[in-house]
Amino acid sequence: MLLEALTLSAGHNAAVVVLGTAAFGLAAGAVGAFALLRGRVLIADAAAHAALPGVVGAFLVALLFGWNPRGSPVLLAGAALAAAGGVLAIQALATGGRLKDDAAMAVVLSVGFGLGMVLLSVVQRLPIGGQAGLKGFILGQAAGMLAGDAVAAGALALCALLLLGLLYRPLALLCFDADFAATLGLPVRGLDLALHALTLAVVVVGLGAVGALMVVGLMVIPAATARLVSSRLAPMIVLSALFAAASAWVGAALSAARAGLPTGATIVLVASALFAAALLFAPRRGLVAAALRRAERWKKTKTPGGVAEPPAGGSERSRR
Amino acid sequence: MTTFLQLAFVPLAAAVLSCLACGLVGNLLVLTRQSLLGDAISHAVLPGLVLAFWLSGSRDPLPMVAGAAAAALVATGGIGLVRSAAQLEAGATMGVVFSAMFAFGLVLIELTGASSVDLDIDCVLSGQLETLIWPAAEGLASLVDPAALAQLPRELWTLVAALALVLAAFAALWKELRLVAFDPDFAAAIGFAPRSLSLLVLLLTAIATVAAFWAVGTILAIAALVAPAACARLLTDRYGAQIALSIATAATMGAGGYGASALLPPVLGLNGLNAAGLIAVTAGLLVTLSAFARSRRAARLGA
Amino acid sequence: MRGLAPQPLEPALAVRDLTVAYGGEPVLRAVTWQVPAGALAAVIGPNGAGKSTLLKAVLGLVPAVSGEVRVFGSPFAAVRRRVAYLPQRASVDWDFPLTALQVAAQGRYRSVGWFRPLPARERQRALAALAEVGLADLAHRHIGALSGGQQQRVLLARALALEADLLLMDEPFAGVDAASEAAILAVLKRLAGLGRTVIAVHHDLSTAPGTFSEVLLLNGRVIAAGPMATTFTAEAIAKTYGAPVPLGLVAA
Repeated sequence: MLLEALTLSAGHNAAVVVLGTAAFGLAAGAVGAFALLRGRVLIADAAAHAALPGVVGAFLVALLFGWNPRGSPVLLAGAALAAAGGVLAIQALATGGRLKDDAAMAVVLSVGFGLGMVLLSVVQRLPIGGQAGLKGFILGQAAGMLAGDAVAAGALALCALLLLGLLYRPLALLCFDADFAATLGLPVRGLDLALHALTLAVVVVGLGAVGALMVVGLMVIPAATARLVSSRLAPMIVLSALFAAASAWVGAALSAARAGLPTGATIVLVASALFAAALLFAPRRGLVAAALRRAERWKKTKTPGGVAEPPAGGSERSRR
Repeated sequence: MTTFLQLAFVPLAAAVLSCLACGLVGNLLVLTRQSLLGDAISHAVLPGLVLAFWLSGSRDPLPMVAGAAAAALVATGGIGLVRSAAQLEAGATMGVVFSAMFAFGLVLIELTGASSVDLDIDCVLSGQLETLIWPAAEGLASLVDPAALAQLPRELWTLVAALALVLAAFAALWKELRLVAFDPDFAAAIGFAPRSLSLLVLLLTAIATVAAFWAVGTILAIAALVAPAACARLLTDRYGAQIALSIATAATMGAGGYGASALLPPVLGLNGLNAAGLIAVTAGLLVTLSAFARSRRAARLGA
Repeated sequence: MRGLAPQPLEPALAVRDLTVAYGGEPVLRAVTWQVPAGALAAVIGPNGAGKSTLLKAVLGLVPAVSGEVRVFGSPFAAVRRRVAYLPQRASVDWDFPLTALQVAAQGRYRSVGWFRPLPARERQRALAALAEVGLADLAHRHIGALSGGQQQRVLLARALALEADLLLMDEPFAGVDAASEAAILAVLKRLAGLGRTVIAVHHDLSTAPGTFSEVLLLNGRVIAAGPMATTFTAEAIAKTYGAPVPLGLVAA
């Protein structure tokens, strides 16, 4: 069953799911790499959690206005609004400096999610159908993914990659040295805004593909894996996208093959396995390579005239 | 009264105790800019919880606390390892480790069949306050009747124990914990073991989180950890007042949230509302009010 | 009671062949230096020279790869109670909800020990330390509301409250206004008069000769060390910083 799912021969629906999720993975990995470099990972997590009440709220609003409550565009619009609202709330809480960034993010993340749960409990008790799908926005609902959703994910991936490709040079400079980029006359704020918008788009589409709780995992873990393997920007972005797509492909296939496995979690677990492998075996930064290097240096310093090296374990820097 | 005691008393107590235990220890996270560590720990304990639950075959608190503590240690070790190997910044490192561990926990729930025995995704997301009933209660006398008290759900006793531990730590180590939070280098220089005390805070966070698990689940525990301290920080500059206000906020959050979940639905014509979610929403309201109060005061003082 | 410390035969600090490395990169190489008791000593060098690292290595905050540190003739751990540490002001979280008195009182924790609250007489001693640096009237002010110089003085009060024989200070004059600088200087002179030893990482070449009696010129390794008058020469400074020093900074 798994083999069939992996090779897209387990039926049309399963193939759609696997392809759509993999396409989403491409976008998530590429954008995630930039988010990682710009330090925007955790705020993406807060946005993802805060998006939940937006989805459910949109559902309720759609019901109120007699629109199709299960229509993806409505739900995703709600998600986008709420996510953006969450980010603004974090900024509002953190200005003035008394409440630091980290506390503001934790508050918005958990309160947003809580609000989502409350709204969900309202919806679930309404005497109408279709609420089951809403739960899928939390942990992923690949099984419920329609052909339209897969196409949308693919379209997103394409747009994201095109945009990143077009803006690659300025974005690279931005990540490397924002101040320098500003002195060169680059529109730093505009570029950051573009990145934020892309991140938001990935988060919102990711709600449907892997669920709010796992989106950030699929963005940051493949990016971190790529970082372990390459220290140059372009290869890192490409590798991150490929790792994410591969994890999404395998994870979606696994969760199709074995009913009950939550899609998003399975995908993130596959990505984590890749990360663990890289952590161990990456050519320069991997732990095995580092241990070999340390052994080499230790041998060398045992010869007279060399400066004694610290034993394996390194020094403990004071925090902060 | 009997109905209240049988159905609502324990959930109310559990809600309040959860917020108190988490909120107290949360002060040490918020004041050291480690709110996200609280986020990470509450996600990372899941695989430990699930494995302990599966291996012990029951909701017995001790294995679950042990599992959670072990998971917290693994997470901390993992964060340190990834940080030095991958040279990532702190936030990203935590994101990697806690996402991976949380995903692992979710998959474990399915693989170990835990979901068929109580520990399912819903529980993870928002606890199971409504399952904390006390059938043995019969009127106010039950509150002092040892036989009836012995029938209280185990989860409540776990919460009492967790809160007691946190209170004991604060009582015994009041000045030490404050010192290590403020200036770990100086603490080390005068021999007050900042690393051991940080480890203690980490373990207390894990214990409080797992004790609160059945009440509010994993993600909403973050609100209980961070919101009380956040409100207090916005309202005061004194450490003593900080702790006191965080206690008051935590109690309000727990009681208010649960109370709303019990009292609002009939008023709004609904069948029910997610209690843990309402606790988090109450927390959000309190933080917003505090932020408002602070900006009004700052404007008045011309600061 | 505390007055003039008895003249010890041992130097306050004796560092021999000290090497410290961060993850394989040596920051300090084979540093050897002695500071006689009762001296005001300055550690001077460019950024990244390892000056803070030297202090932290003495305190055991960073592990040494090789070499030896002796404080009053004994390993640091044995005489820990006789040493006080004043960290860089920037490394402290000034937003933390504490008053000036509470910070100064942290210097008395060592005497009180674990698990016990601070008795009233210890708070009095902390208040006295604040008075020594001229901040008695700001005792109950939130530390975040203090100026940079006042914050530095609070840290100094805390170090004074430790009643140590040796004080290690990391950039005590950095970013400090004139009034605070004068107050801190007065405290240092008073300490020297009482026979205490002060070792300070110092950044200002022009004020060094007038303040300190001993100097260590450091840039990863020892460039020059000894009494200020004979060691602090234009040539030695140029060698430390890798560039010639403007005239008038040092007597030729």
